[in-house]
Amino acid sequence: MSQVALDKLKARLGAGVLETHSEFGDDTAVVDAREWKAACKLLREDPALDFDMPVDLCGVDYPGREPRMEVVLHLYSTTRHHRIRLKTRVGDEDMDGAELDSLVSVWPGLNWLEREVYDMSGVRFRGHPDLRRILMYPEFEGHPLQKTYPAQRTQPLVEYRTEADAGRPLEKLPPFGPDEGMPFGRRALPHGEES
Amino acid sequence: MEPLDIELEEGELELPAEPMHLNMGPSHPAMHGTVRMVLELSGETIVKSDVQIGYLHRGFEKMCERGTWTQVFPYVDRLNYVSPMLNNVGYALAVEKLCGLVVPERCQWYRMALGELARISDHLTCTGAIAMELGAFTPLLWYLKAREMVWDILEEETGARLTHSFGRIGGMERPPTPGFKDMCRAAVPKILQIIEEGEKLLLKNRIFLDRLENVAVISGADAVGLGWTGPCLRASGVAYDIRKNHPYLKYDEVDFEVPVGTCGDTLDRFLVRLGEMRQSMHIIEQVLDRMADDGPVNVDDPRFVLPPKGDVYTTIEATIQHFKLVMEGAKVPKGEVYSYTEGGNGELGYYLVSDGTGTPYRVRIRPPCFQIVGGLSKILEGRLLSDIVPAFGSLNMIGGECDH
Repeated sequence: MSQVALDKLKARLGAGVLETHSEFGDDTAVVDAREWKAACKLLREDPALDFDMPVDLCGVDYPGREPRMEVVLHLYSTTRHHRIRLKTRVGDEDMDGAELDSLVSVWPGLNWLEREVYDMSGVRFRGHPDLRRILMYPEFEGHPLQKTYPAQRTQPLVEYRTEADAGRPLEKLPPFGPDEGMPFGRRALPHGEES
Repeated sequence: MEPLDIELEEGELELPAEPMHLNMGPSHPAMHGTVRMVLELSGETIVKSDVQIGYLHRGFEKMCERGTWTQVFPYVDRLNYVSPMLNNVGYALAVEKLCGLVVPERCQWYRMALGELARISDHLTCTGAIAMELGAFTPLLWYLKAREMVWDILEEETGARLTHSFGRIGGMERPPTPGFKDMCRAAVPKILQIIEEGEKLLLKNRIFLDRLENVAVISGADAVGLGWTGPCLRASGVAYDIRKNHPYLKYDEVDFEVPVGTCGDTLDRFLVRLGEMRQSMHIIEQVLDRMADDGPVNVDDPRFVLPPKGDVYTTIEATIQHFKLVMEGAKVPKGEVYSYTEGGNGELGYYLVSDGTGTPYRVRIRPPCFQIVGGLSKILEGRLLSDIVPAFGSLNMIGGECDH
């Protein structure tokens, strides 16, 4: 149904489109990681395509391949009622260079999805406004949906954390900390000191 | 007693102008168990909110990569534990799309009837819970009574109230019971009556309406950009319903309407859900009329469907077939597929990657709640602290699927 989109992508990006297929009726294009944002902007902004809804973003790990991590984006258009799957591949064996341009400026709904892909698969998004773990806690080591992450691995226990111990602002504020419910004036004081 | 006559400098009694940090959740009665919100308040107004999820993360996608394709069914039950049947059917349809299977007509009608029952139970929970969180306990208890009727039917059919694990690749675990149609026909009018009674309590109640009207408004374009689907999107005026726009099963053969809201506030989301329950009942009535009383439920394909138990105990072929399906799993052809159905809260998608073996290579679920809760911060900006409760309630966040 969105053969038009595939044709337009190919015409606009040329060699940036690595392959396309339409297995099971799902039109799919694989684009070069460098063209990721350009391809998405085209899909969003072209009035004949008008993919206005970000449906899903996920990472699929293929440890034997190079690049290793496949990032899969599903899009839908509520006006034209068609869908497309856009894929790209990033990262070498050790997930070095697994970076993509963030698309939050194109679809705000990708904010949490990009955080999830970062958390679960370890792909970093350049220019994301708030890239931190979303399902896991900040001290979690590794990225669980990489195939190299053993399912039985246990994580070390996390001590009760305060910002003073960590020496940096914590991503998730500690519950019931000493400054619970206090205005910012109190927060500025070092922990453990009363004014 | 003489009145206090204190000379006050102007502004001396004003509250400090610095914003205040407030933690709401994760164990807060209105946070549905597992969400934490760090709020930055100026007085009672929310300046900024940070919604933190993940407290119910159970590694669903990782677990799926360790069993057979059929062993995923119990996991999807536990994603949306208010309407597990819709998840079962959604996953079954996704695998069938990958295998190129089409289940017999009787099974398609059966799946629709069970799915719509599950949708009713989903919406009953959500609408009842909004009322309860705003202090009206009675409608919730009535709606739970109605939900119990739905679950009685599902229990009779599947053996379990909540976690049915009833879907199978290429059919259902068992055919409909002989009394299925009668049970549904008896329950639907009663449920409708209870819904109407509850509505009368709420929709003429000034206090309840004031808490919902014009609260947490979101425009259609914003909701689409955030990836919202389901009742929350339709409340903003975008009539996107997968059952209507991209029919699956037999939804193109039944007659139903898609309730749409006008301004996208909390009341609209509430009303859209009430409307959808009526449509679901309308669908169930049509399904019951058209579903055959006998005929096969499972596809006749020994590669995917277990043989009858009688044969397993008496013939060697069926024993081997049973053994291979259980131990190795059904071999699903190589490829990738995205299949989407209309869940209780919106588009429920499964992106499956198969490497041709009996174990999934990757099962990715697209839970509707994740995106919807992702937009929560946006609709709360500038609202009062007390608006969080109805606004969050109207999104019907289900921790299990939101946190995977």
